Amino acid sequence: MISEVINKIINNDIGYSFVKSKIAVISTIVFLTILICSTFAELIAPYNPFDPVNVSLLDAFTPPVWVDGGSTNFVLGTDQQGRDMLSTIIYGSRISLIVGFASILFAMSLGTFLGVTSGFFGGRYEIIVMRFTDVQLTIPSILMALLVDGIARGFISKSLHNDMAIYVLIFAIGISEWPQFARVTRAATLVEKNKEYILASKIIGLSNFLIMFKHILPNILRPVLVIATIGLALAIITESTLSFLGVGVPPTTPSLGTLIRFGNDFLFSGEWWITFFPVIFLVVLALSINLLGDWMRDTLNPKLKTR
Amino acid sequence: MSFLEINNLDIQYKTRKETINASVDVTFNLERGEILGIVGESGSGKSTVANAIINLIDKPGKITNGSIKLDNIECCNNEKIIQTIRGKKIGFVFQDPQTSLNPLFKIKDQLIETIQTHLKLNYYDAKKRSIELLQEVGIENPEKRINEYPHQFSGGMRQRVVIALALCCEPDLIIADEPTTSLDVSIQFQILKLLKDLTVQRNLGVILITHDMGVIAETTNRVVVMRYGKIVEQGNTAEVLSNPQSSECKSLVMSVPPTNKKIERFKLISPEGGEITNKSSTLTNSIIQNWAVREISNEKLLDFKNITKIFDEQLFFRSKKEINKLKALDNVSFQIIEGESFGLVGESGSGKSTIAKIITSLIKPTSGEVFFEDLSLHNPKNIKIKNKYRGQIQMIFQDPYSSLNPRFKVKEIIAEPIKFLQKGIGNNAIQKNINDLIDIVGMTRQSLERYPHEFSGGQRQRISIARALATRPRLLICDEPTSALDVSIQAQILNLLKDLQEELNLTILFISHDLPVVRQMCDRIAVLRNGNLCEVEKTENLFNNPKHNYTKELLRLMPKIESIYS
Repeated sequence: MISEVINKIINNDIGYSFVKSKIAVISTIVFLTILICSTFAELIAPYNPFDPVNVSLLDAFTPPVWVDGGSTNFVLGTDQQGRDMLSTIIYGSRISLIVGFASILFAMSLGTFLGVTSGFFGGRYEIIVMRFTDVQLTIPSILMALLVDGIARGFISKSLHNDMAIYVLIFAIGISEWPQFARVTRAATLVEKNKEYILASKIIGLSNFLIMFKHILPNILRPVLVIATIGLALAIITESTLSFLGVGVPPTTPSLGTLIRFGNDFLFSGEWWITFFPVIFLVVLALSINLLGDWMRDTLNPKLKTR
Repeated sequence: MSFLEINNLDIQYKTRKETINASVDVTFNLERGEILGIVGESGSGKSTVANAIINLIDKPGKITNGSIKLDNIECCNNEKIIQTIRGKKIGFVFQDPQTSLNPLFKIKDQLIETIQTHLKLNYYDAKKRSIELLQEVGIENPEKRINEYPHQFSGGMRQRVVIALALCCEPDLIIADEPTTSLDVSIQFQILKLLKDLTVQRNLGVILITHDMGVIAETTNRVVVMRYGKIVEQGNTAEVLSNPQSSECKSLVMSVPPTNKKIERFKLISPEGGEITNKSSTLTNSIIQNWAVREISNEKLLDFKNITKIFDEQLFFRSKKEINKLKALDNVSFQIIEGESFGLVGESGSGKSTIAKIITSLIKPTSGEVFFEDLSLHNPKNIKIKNKYRGQIQMIFQDPYSSLNPRFKVKEIIAEPIKFLQKGIGNNAIQKNINDLIDIVGMTRQSLERYPHEFSGGQRQRISIARALATRPRLLICDEPTSALDVSIQAQILNLLKDLQEELNLTILFISHDLPVVRQMCDRIAVLRNGNLCEVEKTENLFNNPKHNYTKELLRLMPKIESIYS
C-alpha cells in the first residue's frame, strides 16, 4: 500500500524531477529537519534556555565542546548568561519560522487578492492597484518594514510593546512583500480570464467572486507557490535583519537575528561561537528554502519543461 | 532514380514512460515538378517525416533506421551534409506566418542574410535578388516593402515572404508544413496557386503537408496517407481520393463534408473498418422525460436588431479620435427562428465571434438591441428578469483545450451549471442529470471521475457539449466547434449536434469559416464581411445561386474535394 503510493508519486512528473534533483532532495531534508526540530523544540533541545532553573551564570561563556575548556553538557557552548547555544538556536529558529510563515501568508493573501481582482476587473481599479505596487517596489523592503515598525511603536503603548512586537513584525514584513504576489497573480489572471472555460462560466451566470476564486485561483497557484517559497527565505532574513537592528522580537524570546546581535558584542573578545552558530544556522535555513524554491520554479514552469 | 527517395524510415521518441514510434517503415519518393501531399490526422507523424528530411527532429526523437536520399546523396542523420543542403537545396515553409519571421529584422535583412549564407553574392546583388524574389511571389512595390518589418505585412503577405525566403537560394525541394492552415480561404487560394505555379516554372519538388482534404484534392499530384506513423496508402491523388482502398483512408475521405450537396448525416466508418452508427436517440429518452418535451413554436426566438459595436482601447481617458476605435460590427440585423440552425460565415475579423459574445452578454453592443423572445438582453432594467433566462442561451467554444477548467473533474464541470441554476436540487437528481448528459454525448460514465487532460480534443468537445446542455438551453451557440478537430472527429461531432438538435428541439447558431461544414449544418446562412452583413439566405439558395459578390468569391475560392472528379 505505502509502496504503491510512493511509486505513484515517483512516477508523477513533478515527483520524478524531485527524486532526480539531488539539490532538491538535500535541501528538503535540511529544511524538514529544521522545521521538525523547531516545532518540537521542547522535546529535542537539550535545555529550555528560557527557564531560569536551567540557566546558571557559572556556565557563561563555555566554548564549544571541541575547543579547550568546552563541556559535553553544552555542545555548541553557552552565551553570556550561561544559556546553551544549541537550545537557544533551536528555540530561536522557531520564532524566525513562525514570523516567516505568518508574514508570507499575510503577504500572499493580500497580494493574491489584489492581483486576482485587479487582473479580473481591469479598468481604473487595476491601474490604481498596480501603480501602488510600482511605488512600493521602489522602496526597499527592509526600509518599508522599518517604517511600519516605527509607526506601530508610536501607536502602541510601552507596556504592550513586547507582547505586540511579533504581530507588528509579521505585519511589517507582510506589507513589504505583497507587491510580488500582486504582480504575478495579476499577470496570470490576465492570461487565464480570457480562456474559454472562464467565458463558459460567465455565460452560465456565475458571480465574479465565484469565477475568480473557484475557477481562476486554483489555476494560477503554481507561480504563487514558487514566489511564496522564495519569499519565505526572504521573510526570514528580513526578520533577522530587523531583530539584529533591535526593532524585531524582544530579547526575552530571541529569534536568530536577536541571537546574532547578542553575539556580535562578543565577537572581538574571543567568544566567537555566540554569534557564529546562529549565523551558520540562518544561512543554512535560508539557503535550503531558496534552493527548494529554485527547483520548484524550474519544475513548475511549463516553459522550462524538458521531457 | 527519383529526386527524393525515402526508404524504410523509422523515427522514435523515447520518453521516460514509453517509446513513441512517430514513423514506421515510411517509404516514398518524389520527382521534380511534382507536388506530393502528406495527409493524416494529428499525431499521424506527417510533420515528423518532413522534419526528418532536414534533420530537425526535436530531442528525444531519433531516426533509428532508414535512408533519405536527395539527388542520390545520403543525408539521413548527417548534420554536415544537411547543413549545406538545408536552406540551399531545401526550402521550408512553416504553418504560422505570424511567428516564422523574426519580428526585429526588416524583410530585407532576413532575405539578404539567407542569400549570403548560401550563395556567394555581395550585398547589392543579394538585395537585387531579394527584390526579384518578392516580385515573383506577388508582393507589389517590392523596392519599398523590402524595407519594412514583418508586422507591417498581413498574414497572407507574410506567408508570401516566407515562401520567398524558402525560394531565395533556388532550392530544388520545398517542404510546406500546413502552409495555409492559419489563413483565410481567399488567401489560402492565392498561396496554393503560387505554390502550384512555382512548381511548374522552377521544376521544383514540393511536399505539402496538410490535414485538409480539399487542399490535397486541388493542389497535389500524388498523395501519401499516414496514420500512427505508418503509410496506409499512397498513389495518384485522384485515384486515392475517389477510390480509397484501406479502411483508414476510407474513413478519412468519407468524413469530409461535401461542398456540392447537403447530406442528412455523415456515414462514418472507423479507421479499423467497422461502421460507426451510434445514434443518441435512445439515450435522450431519459433526459427528455426529465425535462419535459419542448414544443417548437416556429416563431422568432432571437432578434438581433441594428447592432453596432465599436471597440475603444483607451482606459483612463476616453479618446475622441476615431483612429483608436475599431468598428467590429456595423448595423447588423438578423433573426433566428426557433428550431432552425442558423449559420454565420465570414473570414477572420468579420465580427462572427463578436456577435456570439453580444448574444451571450459577455460584451455590450455600442448601439442596437438584442431581443430573446420579447426580452431585451442588454437593457439594464431587465437584469432581474434576465437571470431567469440564464441558461437558455449556451455556447460551445472553439478550442477544446482551454474551454474546460483543468482543475475540475468532468462531473464537477457538468454539475456546476446545474447546481447554480437549479438551486435546491438534490444530489441524486444532479447525479442522474449528469449521467444522462454524459450518455447522450456518447461517453462512458467512468469518464466522469477523470480530469480534462486525460481526454482527446474530440472527447473534450463532447464534454463541452454536455456542459452546455446541462442548463436546458433553447439557443445553442457553436463558435467554430470543430475547427480544432480532425476531420473524422469533426464528422462525429457534427452528427452528434444534428441528432441533439432534432431530439431536444434546439435552436442552433452555428459560427464557422468553413463553408462545406456550414452547408451540412445550417438551414439559413448569414455572410459577414468586416462587420457588415452581406446577405442572409436559405442554405441551398446561397450555395446554388449566391447574390452578393463576396459570397460568390468565397464559394469560388473554397477548396473542393470534388475537384478531383472533374
